[in-house]
Amino acid sequence: MIAAVKTMDQILGQHRFFADFPSDFAKLIGGCARNIHFKPGEYMAREEDPADTFFILSKGKVALEVAVPGKSPVVIATLGAQDVVGVSWLVAPYCWLFDARAIEDLRAISIDAKCLREKCEADHDLGYEMMKRFLPLLTQRLHATRMQVLDVYGKS
Amino acid sequence: MQASQSTEEDPLLPAPYRVVERVRELDDVTTLHLEPRTGKRTCVNPGQFNMLYAFGIGEVAISISAAGETERGLFHTIRDVGKVSHALSHMKEGAEVGLRGPFGSGWPIDGADGRDIVIVAGGVGLAPLRPAIEAVLAKREQYGRVTILLGFRSPKDILFPQPIHDWREQHDVELHVTVDHADADWRGHVGVVPTLIQRTNFDAKNCLAFVCGPEIMMRFSAQALLGEGVSPARIHLSMERNMKCAVGHCGRCQFGPHFVCKDGPVFPLERITSILSVREV
Ligand SMILES: Cc1cc2nc3c(=O)[nH]c(=O)nc-3n(C[C@H](O)[C@H](O)[C@H](O)COP(=O)(O)OP(=O)(O)OC[C@H]3O[C@@H](n4cnc5c(N)ncnc54)[C@H](O)[C@@H]3O)c2cc1C
Ligand code: FES
Repeated sequence: MIAAVKTMDQILGQHRFFADFPSDFAKLIGGCARNIHFKPGEYMAREEDPADTFFILSKGKVALEVAVPGKSPVVIATLGAQDVVGVSWLVAPYCWLFDARAIEDLRAISIDAKCLREKCEADHDLGYEMMKRFLPLLTQRLHATRMQVLDVYGKS
Repeated sequence: MQASQSTEEDPLLPAPYRVVERVRELDDVTTLHLEPRTGKRTCVNPGQFNMLYAFGIGEVAISISAAGETERGLFHTIRDVGKVSHALSHMKEGAEVGLRGPFGSGWPIDGADGRDIVIVAGGVGLAPLRPAIEAVLAKREQYGRVTILLGFRSPKDILFPQPIHDWREQHDVELHVTVDHADADWRGHVGVVPTLIQRTNFDAKNCLAFVCGPEIMMRFSAQALLGEGVSPARIHLSMERNMKCAVGHCGRCQFGPHFVCKDGPVFPLERITSILSVREV
């Protein structure tokens, strides 16, 4: 028996991030999406590059890093399967704010954010759905970063 | 069964123990292996604590960080944060300490058969959870999925690296270590430990979660577990409060309507939700 080939919108629908996403919108996003692969050590994005893509991770791990002159980069977070890498595509001037480096063999869906921005601009309902998914992500990351800054394991 | 501690007649009277070995785990964390000068044996439940007395300096509550083995005496893992913990951390082999206990409730492992187990530890909070992890792994077949999520400040602050490695290699567990701060040489997770909770697979409706670490870390971990659908009756936290008598007499460890020494230190979240976020309790 030949397994049915899944369309990109069906693949996207299996990711936690797009769970219960309206199917019309999934089709629109599927039109901007493609599968991508990174080897360990490869960069998915570099700080200050145009943020015209974001990624939904299927497998592997990525480190979000900030370069420190003369020193080893500082890793601010690692993300893995089902996580989203890249939110800067939503906010002008649409530039990456950190480096994203694959630390394991990485499979992901890359979404053309420039194309998606245009679709969101043309269809505000789609734009609102995207905001409803990205805003909780941003608040969770902010919350986690605050806890990191609190240095809870340090001496009080 | 473990060696007995304070005299049964008077729980306020410390029994003499000898430091048979002192292991420096981290820059500021030491494990003392203690054996009684004299005394019979008594049971210790994972999650219980003893009061350790550095003679002439003071007495503090320290969890039992390895239990269940009759021959090995008692192990206490101590972080040097102040006067008493500093004195205890620097005790030489052969030195004498006073010991009262064991006190308090343990982790409710007995009621966990058939359930998934989720263990979330931060920093030296792994010490009181280590006996629970070892008890669960010793009877691994009795439980569903076992998930162990460990958070530390940085790679050099990882406590018990060898046991962590053994748990991961020798047992059917999902174990993740994350650190808050790292450079690019670290190949593991970076991020606070609650962020791992939503990335792991366990049956939220049929699990027991045990959480220990700094209070802020426990609060956020509890929120993440609740967010995944775990009921507050199934989330257990080990609370720390300064102690004096450790037997429910002096009120020093009062936490809302509870005494941590007697009613805790392990509490189900549902019993302490209303006081967990109160600033002064
Ligand atoms: C049930 C229970 C179990 C415990 N188990 C352990 C254990 O297994 N290992 C262990 O190392 N500690 C454990 N503790 C904490 C330990 O009792 C305290 O760290 C100790 O009382 C500190 O006493 P001290 O005289 O050394 O410091 P103090 O002079 O009392 O305090 C010095 C400074 O350190 C801060 N401080 C105190 N306690 C802590 C802490 N836990 N973390 C960070 N900063 C702190 C104080 O706010 C103060 O600023 C436990 C506490 C309880 C209640
Ligand atoms: S320490 Fe005295 S009542 Fe708890």
